[in-house]
Amino acid sequence: MAFDSKDTGAFKGVWVFCEQREGKLMNTDFELISEGRKLADDLGVELCGVLLGHGVEGLAKELGGYGADKVYVCDHELLETYTTDGYAKVICDLVEEKKPEIFLIGATNIGRDLGPRCAARLHTGLTADCTHLDVDVEKYKAFLKTTSTIDVDNTKFEENTNLKMTRPAFGGHLMATIICPRFRPQMSTVRPGVMKKAPFDQAKADKVVVEKPAVALSKDDIKVEVLEVKKAAKKLVDLIGADVVVSVGRGISSDVEKGLALANELAEVLGGVVGASRAVVDAGWISADHQVGQTGKTVHPKIYVALGISGAIQHKAGMQDSECIIAVNKNESAPIFEVASYGIAGDLFKVTPMLIDSIKAIKAG
Amino acid sequence: MKAIVCVKQVPDTSGKVAVKADGTMDRASMATITNPDDMNAIEAALRLKDATGCEVTVVSMGPPPAEGMLRELLAMGADKAVLVSGREFGGSDTYATSQILAAAVKKIGVDDETVIFCGRQAIDGDTAQVGPQIAEKLHLPQVTYVSEIEATGKSLTVKRALEDGYMSIQVQMPCLLTCIKELNEPRYMSVGGIMDAYAKPYEVYDFNTLKDDPLIDLDTIGLKGSPTNVYKSFSPPVKGAGLMLEGSDKGTCDKLAALLDEKHLI
Repeated sequence: MAFDSKDTGAFKGVWVFCEQREGKLMNTDFELISEGRKLADDLGVELCGVLLGHGVEGLAKELGGYGADKVYVCDHELLETYTTDGYAKVICDLVEEKKPEIFLIGATNIGRDLGPRCAARLHTGLTADCTHLDVDVEKYKAFLKTTSTIDVDNTKFEENTNLKMTRPAFGGHLMATIICPRFRPQMSTVRPGVMKKAPFDQAKADKVVVEKPAVALSKDDIKVEVLEVKKAAKKLVDLIGADVVVSVGRGISSDVEKGLALANELAEVLGGVVGASRAVVDAGWISADHQVGQTGKTVHPKIYVALGISGAIQHKAGMQDSECIIAVNKNESAPIFEVASYGIAGDLFKVTPMLIDSIKAIKAG
Repeated sequence: MKAIVCVKQVPDTSGKVAVKADGTMDRASMATITNPDDMNAIEAALRLKDATGCEVTVVSMGPPPAEGMLRELLAMGADKAVLVSGREFGGSDTYATSQILAAAVKKIGVDDETVIFCGRQAIDGDTAQVGPQIAEKLHLPQVTYVSEIEATGKSLTVKRALEDGYMSIQVQMPCLLTCIKELNEPRYMSVGGIMDAYAKPYEVYDFNTLKDDPLIDLDTIGLKGSPTNVYKSFSPPVKGAGLMLEGSDKGTCDKLAALLDEKHLI
């Protein structure tokens, strides 16, 4: 049967692209498999992981443990390292053959390279950097009730099982729910750190079905050559996984060294990591992997402390879903206080040391 | 060698975002700028021109006022500008936009020594999709997140940023690169450049200009040709105001620590 992205009825199943780097799965994969499980259950269909690489079959069980029914393992030596050409060809071939209804990809630097390339080839729609997904209209309405200003009960909703892909627009100032009603698969890249990971289940891991489709790929298909892959020398800042993030903003400019030292100390007391606003990164005071916000990382830790951050929407977009936000800022009318759970209007250089002492005292009992 | 740079005019979201009563963005009341990543793309093309003397063409899809932006890019040093503008193109999603831009790039002319530059993503849509989709439509190799470029003969060696490092990639021309901020520091317009900007070739491609290209079909461009549609758009509720603690002395800090303890946060 020829592939026709308009023949929507011919497509079935939920797929997740499972990115591996140097033979290791990414955290995003588990988040997406967990989320995909819910969608597959709502639709009553199979959830499949798609894993490309060389000698990576052993990773399939891990994906099963988070909810995948089946994992397609595409094994080929040319797939060992990511290339747009190689991965897009193998994935598009598989999609054309198996026809999944929904295809989710993590919005990593690699996922954001691969997703649009595949969507353009398959002639279908792709929604970028989604933060919420629904197929069920009732569940979507329940979601809107807590996250929007829409009068849900008095609004008409078209009833169908199209994937409702919600994403922030303009730095979270507006939210848009996008659909792709006329073409399949419905593709979405999903922002890392947003979907919740399900608990690992060994019984499910043991039951996962592994299928190894034939891979048709030759050197001529790949127009680029990867000369080397290099990791940054320093340890990566795990902002997304941290329970506590202490971030600094332009407010530390009068004494950058002291400001950073205070943030480090507070982060240590609370058991967290240091984040920063774009202004701090742009000034070169801290490396870019610390950046929280629209062009940095999205975090939702238990505690987010904003020291000397004014709270531009680009920053808020990356942290406003934190459980508890503590803001310290000289300017009482700084927009950061609009999202703060607790605010202190004062000089961070004076407040932070006192706060460190207070927390130490409580912890000491 | 030849460089084609795809640019977008975007509302400047670094200031306050104006929202209309119905919850949609009030674009009219906001200043417009050239998309920041696109500035790095144009700078990369201009450096290629400095090194090889190649021709640089800038192309943008948008309404007629985008001419102002294109003239600025001519003043920076680009040689030619093309504005793709037409009612039929309105309402395009990334799929349809890349379809139209790919047709425009073909008309400008891609030979085997052409490099197409795009920004990584536009700050209004933030999708980062149009560059790779143009590359796919033109059947060209792509490298996204480019943070360093070195030209050697008919190939380029580029650094592609990853979250935790980079890949060094060799790619043959013609190819498409999407550029990030780390790539370079965009130059300013020069006074001479501004004087010359209005004497440089400036063309408008409308639907009729492009309609013979197989990519341009009323079923694959504009609102009607876009696979994705907006189902609902909404504003998030204003988060309930938190507790503003009085004062900024030790007592205030003790109180905050106690509150966090009470909620078992510490």
